Amino acid sequence: MADIATDVSTYLVRRARWSPLEIAFWVFAFATIWLFPGKYLIMKDTAILALFALSLDLILGYAGIISLGQAAFFGVAGYFSGLVAKYGIVNEPVVALVLSGVVAAALGFVTSFLVLRGSDLTRLMVTLGVALMLGELANRFSGITGGADGLQGVDIAPIFGLFRFDMYGHTGYIYCLVVLFICFLLARRIVYSPFGLSLRSLKGNPLRASAIGIPVDRRLVAIYTVSAGFAGLAGGLLTQTSAFCSLDVFSFDRSADLLLVLIIGGTGYLYGGLIGAVIYKFLQDWIATLTPQYWQFWIGFVLVVIVLVGRERVEELTRAGRAAIARFGARLFTRPAPAGGR
Amino acid sequence: MLTILFDGIAYGMLLFVLACGLSVTLGLMNFINLAHGAFAMAGGYCTVILVNRLGVPFALGLPLAFLATAALGALLERTLYAHVYACSHLDQVLFTIGLVFMSVAAVDYVMGSSQQFVLIPEVLQGQFIVFGVGMSKYRLLIIAICSLLTIVLQLLIAKTRFGSRLRAAVDDRRVARGLGINVGAVFTITFAFGSGLAGLGGALGAEILGLDPTFPLKYMIYFLIVVTVGGTTSITGPFLASILLGIADVAGKYYVPKLGAFVIYTIMIVALIWRPQGLFARSAAR
Repeated sequence: MADIATDVSTYLVRRARWSPLEIAFWVFAFATIWLFPGKYLIMKDTAILALFALSLDLILGYAGIISLGQAAFFGVAGYFSGLVAKYGIVNEPVVALVLSGVVAAALGFVTSFLVLRGSDLTRLMVTLGVALMLGELANRFSGITGGADGLQGVDIAPIFGLFRFDMYGHTGYIYCLVVLFICFLLARRIVYSPFGLSLRSLKGNPLRASAIGIPVDRRLVAIYTVSAGFAGLAGGLLTQTSAFCSLDVFSFDRSADLLLVLIIGGTGYLYGGLIGAVIYKFLQDWIATLTPQYWQFWIGFVLVVIVLVGRERVEELTRAGRAAIARFGARLFTRPAPAGGR
Repeated sequence: MLTILFDGIAYGMLLFVLACGLSVTLGLMNFINLAHGAFAMAGGYCTVILVNRLGVPFALGLPLAFLATAALGALLERTLYAHVYACSHLDQVLFTIGLVFMSVAAVDYVMGSSQQFVLIPEVLQGQFIVFGVGMSKYRLLIIAICSLLTIVLQLLIAKTRFGSRLRAAVDDRRVARGLGINVGAVFTITFAFGSGLAGLGGALGAEILGLDPTFPLKYMIYFLIVVTVGGTTSITGPFLASILLGIADVAGKYYVPKLGAFVIYTIMIVALIWRPQGLFARSAAR
């Protein structure tokens, strides 16, 4: 038995090693702060979207739960951090952000029990239903949330009392990037732990996973809660960096776009959400300048084409691309390196 | 009170006509079609163009809307949907969401984003007063048409040869195929018919539900509720579910307007937790 345990742990340790490509990715990500000084606002949105997509990747890519209601956690945390700042309950943004993540995770924990039941369709319905229900609530209790006008008069205090949010999004971008990086490290730790390995097994076949003694339901609840927390952090970031929160945070489009982001980047290797977010934002920006009003049509078009071409084929393409870059990177770094991703 | 009940039943009947095609396709091919509302919208806009712009009489506009959407459904089924049946649920969801987005933007482009109204002939306007209960003529017409359709559907499925093939295919696709039933053809016909019904529902409901480009997104959740609560194994399940949903929605909006759609979402989630396979479903086959 001990042999298997050491086998598993060496396997995990080997997989968890940082490849040069990953290091290069993050060095570049942080270099963008100095490289593109005029693009802070869109880069900030990209970082938030990336974190949000990362949260979906945890449940979709690793546990195989299809969710159309990730916006529920995003929105709840968004409103929470906005309200907390508006009424001066917690002034320090970092503490408020952590709290909003916790609130979203708590909601995720409660709703996770609904997700355990039923088939894909039932899950889809329940996640979608929860998001719509919360959106409806936020709309009705306009006394608290501002209703259709959005939550106004949110004043976010400087981070640690030192860094004030400026209107060019300089502080905001760095803040988002740092939070994204920390969350990514956390997610990476989770995914390459024995816990993450058990998630993969139950995604492959829940029945067999439970037969070898993996508590399927408990694992699903845990990862759903974590994912909700991450989505909440993304929502909190959006409110804090834009000092505004509207009903839009709960919208169905947000959850659906998120799926697209993740599909573009590929699921199940953590970078999918990040790369997908970058591509999606570029795409959106580009299409929006071509046809400002009808960019949604092309987003839908991309989705249909991806499915018809075959998601596996698209992912193979990106995987081939990653492998090529990894080989290139390996040559640069001279020392032999494991291929990036899988 | 009775007026609410009446309006609720009319609304529920409408929902049934809109959603029953979805329930059959879902049960038959295990295919999650989130774009069902797009067909309903197509029917609605088709009637608007025919009746308002071309001056076709309303009574002729409805069957034309049915035929047009059925043709559209058959076309899309053969060209696009047929490739996606074998894919995972995730792919199906992505694919149909993509279709919804495309239809919303395309209709916005062609028809503009404002709400459209179908010109209803004067005969159908106004209301009857029966035992002190005001019943709008148009809603009466909806109830009449929808009950007729329901009966026809029930007979089609219970009595005809095609109906028994359909039932066989729903119950067990592989065995049905083994018995020589051309499941693909059955599915195309059913899909086209279901889309046509959705189109008819959209045409009839333009007055009550409102017709604008966001229609497929706005009512997607209603259709899904009907299907998940009603189950996909019979016609009566979705029928009862839609009537229930219609009454609950109208009553909820009347008595607790502050909560609005919150009522039905709550009912849906409670129903799903209580009976994940649908309230009126037979014991889970799959």
